[in-house]
Amino acid sequence: MRLIAENLGGERGGESVFSGIGFALEDGQALVVTGPNGSGKSTLLRIIAGLLPKAEGRLLLEGGGDDFPSIASACHYLGHQNAMKTALSVTENLRFWRDFNGGGDSSVEEALETVGLGGIGHLPFGYLSTGQRRRAAIAKLLVSRRPLWLLDEPTAGLDKASEERFAGLMAEHCAGGGMIVAATHLPLGIEAAELRMGEAG
Amino acid sequence: MWSLLLRDIRLNIRAGGGALTGVIFFLAVIATIPFGVGPDLKLLARIGPAILWIGALLACLLGLDRLFQADREDGSLDLLVLGNDRHMLALTVLVKCLAHWAGSVLPLVVAAPLLGLFMNMEPLAIGATALTLLVGTPAITFIGAAGAAVAVALPRGGLLISVLVLPLTIPVLIFGVSASYGATADPDPFLQPFLILAALTLFLAVLGPVSAALALRHGTD
Repeated sequence: MRLIAENLGGERGGESVFSGIGFALEDGQALVVTGPNGSGKSTLLRIIAGLLPKAEGRLLLEGGGDDFPSIASACHYLGHQNAMKTALSVTENLRFWRDFNGGGDSSVEEALETVGLGGIGHLPFGYLSTGQRRRAAIAKLLVSRRPLWLLDEPTAGLDKASEERFAGLMAEHCAGGGMIVAATHLPLGIEAAELRMGEAG
Repeated sequence: MWSLLLRDIRLNIRAGGGALTGVIFFLAVIATIPFGVGPDLKLLARIGPAILWIGALLACLLGLDRLFQADREDGSLDLLVLGNDRHMLALTVLVKCLAHWAGSVLPLVVAAPLLGLFMNMEPLAIGATALTLLVGTPAITFIGAAGAAVAVALPRGGLLISVLVLPLTIPVLIFGVSASYGATADPDPFLQPFLILAALTLFLAVLGPVSAALALRHGTD
């Protein structure tokens, strides 16, 4: 599977944020998007996911087959928000996303165990701390299988141990043939190509 | 899709879901009318079906702004939109509408017969009004979904949604009320307006979600 972006341009509110971005990502590769605030990292991720229209350029996914005909169907998008309901328990939240997105390799309990939240699945999501919420959202990546992870500041709010654990998860995902595009200004601790924004454009 | 339906119903019922807001508003409207109109029992019985319908219509509009806004605020809406290839977005919207209807509007229909007693309505009129509400209120939710999708990005979109949606709900109101009257007033037909009401609901069950899905796809930013 290959994710290719050519001469990509994005705009927000009619004003160009970046242009001329290009990269190619193969199975097992990761791309870290860095740059100062306002350089368009989040916009780039949302354009890749298809949540925002692109201003110019080309974006395609090759070799997705029947399972993943488009980028939207092949990706997990982890944005600034965690997409979890505070009134439901952690397990209920994850079970919903697993049912909605299709099953993956690990069950809800295993995924919670993996991110270090084993045993608190019965708590309402609203009772969790910021870091725990982020970890529950990361568990959401594990309960359904998607080859492409689009991560927007994935480690915001995580402590040192969780960051390392998450780096391990990302390395595992890449080793299993997955792809990652992560926008961040913190080092993620994985081997990845770097795309610096806000300089060329 | 089942899981989405169950999740939304569960959210509606749990704390902060606001399932009861509509019922209490409905109760407040209907309970004040007899005080305003005065103790003219005949008049109350005559305007009863119309008042019940207007009250239910306004109560329906009350919770609509949260239909997509709650999902947008916590980022779920992005993922629902991204799931378009697996679950067509219009279908997702339809399921959300049904869950909203079951959680917030169905209680209104259940409360309507009791409130009909406040209006001194006879049993047949109460039954007919409850039946027309049962058949007609989904249409209001489906139109409302389109309005809610258009106004999803606005922080205080509730009023705008009501203004957008109200003119479109007028046909539902007209046929709902005329069917309710048709059941009791002799020369007026019941079946014809009732069937048109059912047709409106079915028609809007398609048009509402499709247009709401279109608005949501282009409204993400």
